[in-house]
Amino acid sequence: MTIDDQHTNERPLVEVRNLQTAFFTEKETIRAVDNISFDLRAGDTVGIVGESGSGKSVTARSLMGLVEKPGRVLQGSSVRFNHLETVQEFSKKFSKRTVVVDSVAEQYDGSMTDLFGHESVDITPQFFGYEKPESVPLADILAAGYGDKLGLVDANDCIFITEGDTDTIQDGFVEITRLSGEPQRQMRGGRIAMVFQDPLTSLNPVYTVGNQIKEALRLHQGLKGKEATQEAARLLDAVGIPDARRRIKEYPHQFSGGMRQRAVIAMALACEPEVLICDEPTTALDVTIQAQILDLLTDLQEQTDLAIMFITHDMGVIANISDYVNVMYAGEIVETTNVERLFSQPKHPYTEGLLQSIPGAQTGDRLTTIDGNVPTPNEPATYCRFAPRCPKAFEECEHVHPTATAVSTDVEDHTVACLLYPEDMDTTAAVEHHQNKSEQTTVDTPQSSMEVNQ
Amino acid sequence: MSQTVTPDSDPVQENDDVMVEIRDLKTYYQGTGLFDRNPVKAVDGVSFDIHRGETLGLVGESGCGKTTLGRTLLQLETATAGEIRFNGTDVTTLSGDDLYEWRRNAQMVFQDPDSSLNDRMTIGEIIREPLDVHEWKTPRERKQHVRELLDAVGLQREHYFRYPHQFSGGQRQRIGIARTLALEPEFIVLDEPVSALDVSVQAEIINLLEDLQEEFDLTYLFIAHDLSVVRHICDRVAVMYLGHIMEIGPTEELFTDPANPYTHALLSAIPEPNPTSDKERIVLHGTPPNPRYPPSGCPFSTRCPARIRPDGFETLDDEIWTGIRILRELLRERRRAERSIRERIRGRLGYETRFGNMDETYQELFGELDVPAEVEDILQSVIEHASRHDEQCAIDELNDAFGSVCDGFVDSVEDETHKPELYTVSESGRKSYCHRHDETYREPDTVFEDRSNS
Repeated sequence: MTIDDQHTNERPLVEVRNLQTAFFTEKETIRAVDNISFDLRAGDTVGIVGESGSGKSVTARSLMGLVEKPGRVLQGSSVRFNHLETVQEFSKKFSKRTVVVDSVAEQYDGSMTDLFGHESVDITPQFFGYEKPESVPLADILAAGYGDKLGLVDANDCIFITEGDTDTIQDGFVEITRLSGEPQRQMRGGRIAMVFQDPLTSLNPVYTVGNQIKEALRLHQGLKGKEATQEAARLLDAVGIPDARRRIKEYPHQFSGGMRQRAVIAMALACEPEVLICDEPTTALDVTIQAQILDLLTDLQEQTDLAIMFITHDMGVIANISDYVNVMYAGEIVETTNVERLFSQPKHPYTEGLLQSIPGAQTGDRLTTIDGNVPTPNEPATYCRFAPRCPKAFEECEHVHPTATAVSTDVEDHTVACLLYPEDMDTTAAVEHHQNKSEQTTVDTPQSSMEVNQ
Repeated sequence: MSQTVTPDSDPVQENDDVMVEIRDLKTYYQGTGLFDRNPVKAVDGVSFDIHRGETLGLVGESGCGKTTLGRTLLQLETATAGEIRFNGTDVTTLSGDDLYEWRRNAQMVFQDPDSSLNDRMTIGEIIREPLDVHEWKTPRERKQHVRELLDAVGLQREHYFRYPHQFSGGQRQRIGIARTLALEPEFIVLDEPVSALDVSVQAEIINLLEDLQEEFDLTYLFIAHDLSVVRHICDRVAVMYLGHIMEIGPTEELFTDPANPYTHALLSAIPEPNPTSDKERIVLHGTPPNPRYPPSGCPFSTRCPARIRPDGFETLDDEIWTGIRILRELLRERRRAERSIRERIRGRLGYETRFGNMDETYQELFGELDVPAEVEDILQSVIEHASRHDEQCAIDELNDAFGSVCDGFVDSVEDETHKPELYTVSESGRKSYCHRHDETYREPDTVFEDRSNS
């Protein structure tokens, strides 16, 4: 964490752009994650909140490369891991899968406009957030997976150098959605680690806890024997398990629920990852134990400058642990802002509904509820998916798909996907704004992307 | 309602208001080991009343015995000792036909709607089953009754022929509730009815339960670990820990001004859905003790943040106390841990065993602390005993020095039977189980203030 300090300050550690993950069943295509974008920064915690079925866990699994058949991350999705040390290390180890973006640009003789005109490219520059084709960086197109058909890069390439060349890398990224094989194994666990909801299912009952931690140490850091045992004991000690020397020789069933989750966290941290993804790590635990685990995560983050992505459906936990919050609904992010604003000035009707249905926060006799259920997102969104349950829905909500928009022009870090916003436009103007934006950015032909990413 | 059970020969003169009287109820699960015949004391002597028409909340961490208590009330578990007087009848003595008849009166809603409904039966069959079992009226009337019940819980009459998998979690819980209501019971045990559901669905079910209570004059025992739900729905709350009722009283009073240290800690552990809240959290150390080997004295003494300290050590640093507490827990665990022959031999020969070495543990716990010489002498001698695997001796020595009334010591003499009493702590009759309410000691409130300031 020395060379890249400046970079992490200006650029997020992980950039998720237009992530789409779909499950292709015989009956229908379920767009579990539908075009979401967010950032993770070192030392920050990003909370993802939503009801079950809103796509929180699939987001986490997409980042880890754990989406299983019939699910797939679609073309156009990009998850960049902007950690210079990792890029340097990976480009040495996997030089065949490294691409210098500048030299690709030199080889390519057409213009960017031609590129967007190519039959295999079914998107517009607006998809990447640019007005004109010329201003789209080539790296964006390559990362999103459109370079393969154009013959610019191999399907295997996953390490991109944007500044410098293979010997002197000044900037670059690892494209997580294109990872496979050995680099994927090293990324998963080594750089991005995950803690699951139920500690008992993520631990193997027939190996001692120490053995399981040592496995991670052996695979990622090459530690063996006594050294590994000592490191495992140190890790257990670091997550607050007393008498660690004895504990590493015990089996998961001899641990209590909270201890097990601590052991799982120790395992996740064994390889000093940059990013920790927590998928409802405290949902299966009691409040008193939950408080201990939340404290532990905060302490660990202070010590190691971890970027944490924290998934939960508990608004109380979100308020306690996160810096930024993404509210998800039916595969889409409907609201993004920092935690204080989310709780003091929620803007999306869904967020308002979620906050109101917390039982402790209400004083009246009856609890406010959001009627209905989360729909299964099984078709491209051409309307607001929350409209059928929304108390503020009006006619246009059924025909226009809202896109993420700043709440008003003077507020920067608060975006909402709702036709009622931006606040400083009247409704008709706002609807038009959303309509234009969604027409430009929608990918209508997922069929082609299905084939390419096979 | 036909109730053929005859009341006790000498009906107790009681307040009409009281529906269920529980007196010194104990439910033990007998140990089956060859040597270790200690029973698991799931419910260890509780006494309280449930008034007609009220909702009594029962909260506590997992493993504290709240579900066992609920099941014992319905005679799904056999009480080891004590009385449960239901409308004056001691139901622990019922058997055969009497019990069968009585069960109409008392029903239960289970936590997980997935596993409590039979996948192969239609909704109609599921709800009708209790009517069939009790041969309620004619089959025709039964069907009609089921349709009415579907209406009452907010489902459609057409749902009669559908199967459970066709319903969402919230709807399935409604089916479970309809089945519970089929025999028109007076008393219902709700065992975590909403903890498997999303917040907004939770709110719907809670509203439904409140409506039904009004419509059918029901009395609820609401078991939950989510305190915010309890605060909304319950009239009175009982807080349970390790088989004991720690505090029982009116909900609002208990939430705003908790008397028992455990209630304090439990409430402060709830994450508040307010990111700007600066509430001081009391984080409890460790986990509840094993109910097979409960601590002597007060059940909460091993984790209590307001534990009474013995004379002479009152000024000792908090961190040293934490260390002593962890050390004692460790020794208790080690005393029970089975040592295999292999480990004994390894230990004899001077190899490392999983029991590691006590000096290291001492360093871990007290290494960085400024331990007064007097205390250090005692600790060193404790460690010496422990190193020789004489854990009992070590614990005795530790208790001699640092034991207090909370651990069951009266004037430094161990008296296992010395337990706190239920002190009445407010005008509304709220009761709390803690030595601190005795006149000779300071109240928990003042202790918390002192200790958080120091």
